[in-house]
Amino acid sequence: MTLHDDNHDHDGLDHDHHDHDHSHPHEEISITELPGYYDMLETAVRELLVERKLFGADEIRRQIEVLDSRTPALGAKVVARAWVDEEFRKRLLEDGRKGCEELGITFYDDTQLIVLENTAEVHNLIVCTLCSCYPRPVLGLPPDWYKLKPYRARAVYEPRAVLEEFGTHIPDDVEIVVSDSTAMVRYLVLPMRPAGTEGLSEEELAALVTRDAMIGVIPVEYQKRAA
Amino acid sequence: MTAQSIAQAVVPALGEVPDFQVGDRVRTAVRFPVGHYRLPSYLRGKAGTVERIIPTMGVDNEEEGYGRNAGSKGHYYRIAIPMTEIWAEYKGQATDGLRIEVFETWLERI
Repeated sequence: MTLHDDNHDHDGLDHDHHDHDHSHPHEEISITELPGYYDMLETAVRELLVERKLFGADEIRRQIEVLDSRTPALGAKVVARAWVDEEFRKRLLEDGRKGCEELGITFYDDTQLIVLENTAEVHNLIVCTLCSCYPRPVLGLPPDWYKLKPYRARAVYEPRAVLEEFGTHIPDDVEIVVSDSTAMVRYLVLPMRPAGTEGLSEEELAALVTRDAMIGVIPVEYQKRAA
Repeated sequence: MTAQSIAQAVVPALGEVPDFQVGDRVRTAVRFPVGHYRLPSYLRGKAGTVERIIPTMGVDNEEEGYGRNAGSKGHYYRIAIPMTEIWAEYKGQATDGLRIEVFETWLERI
């Protein structure tokens, strides 16, 4: 379903995607619900701003393109570089934004970035209790659970229980530091480099680093494949 | 001239030098403004320590929310607050903590 991604479920196991000829009834791809209050508000404000030439439709499209180009793969590259280059790691921890910019990751807004290093003594977790502040320049859009109230409320109240639900057990002698991102600073967790990865290249390391590990809800895992 | 003697000759603008230093004990204000605010209500009136001064001065987001930007740049501080200071019944370790960036207008010295 990668090349031909229809917006409906195929339930037959014998369905051959290569001979997919659309002979079966197809649900029309459309929006049928009425727009909500905030959809209408956004449309009205956007149309007014365009009408008054404060910005153009092309600028909106361009900004969507900018956001679409940001994915967790960028953050993973930053993490992998920090693992293999000690001097870069120091600069990154000193000034997260400058460190990312060094790798060509631009910041299109006024936010700063603090990179939080997980160690054997400290485990970092990031959250935005007020809304959904997130290091978008390096990770792209946040996952839905990050924006929903259960995570936002519980991450600051019972972080250990939340982490357990992600399958992450933090030993009692490890300090948990929850960073609530609410104003001009965004955070990126620098996870611990897993054991057994000494022989891996920077690219191979980057492939191990996931979005959730850079939010701090899971560690980076490495299972050596059996030869 | 040495850097020190230059610094002695320079008069900084009002508000240019941070009011708080790393390690200072501070308390967040208790007030409940209507409208746009950036200090979550669960962190009002909590004691903490300045962990870091955010390197660039920034516009007060609460003013910015109403389109008022000019002249309102100030310092943001990364404040460390123990979880047990926030939640009396906190289930975790006493060393667990919260960090939040707070604009200077919300902070008072202890």
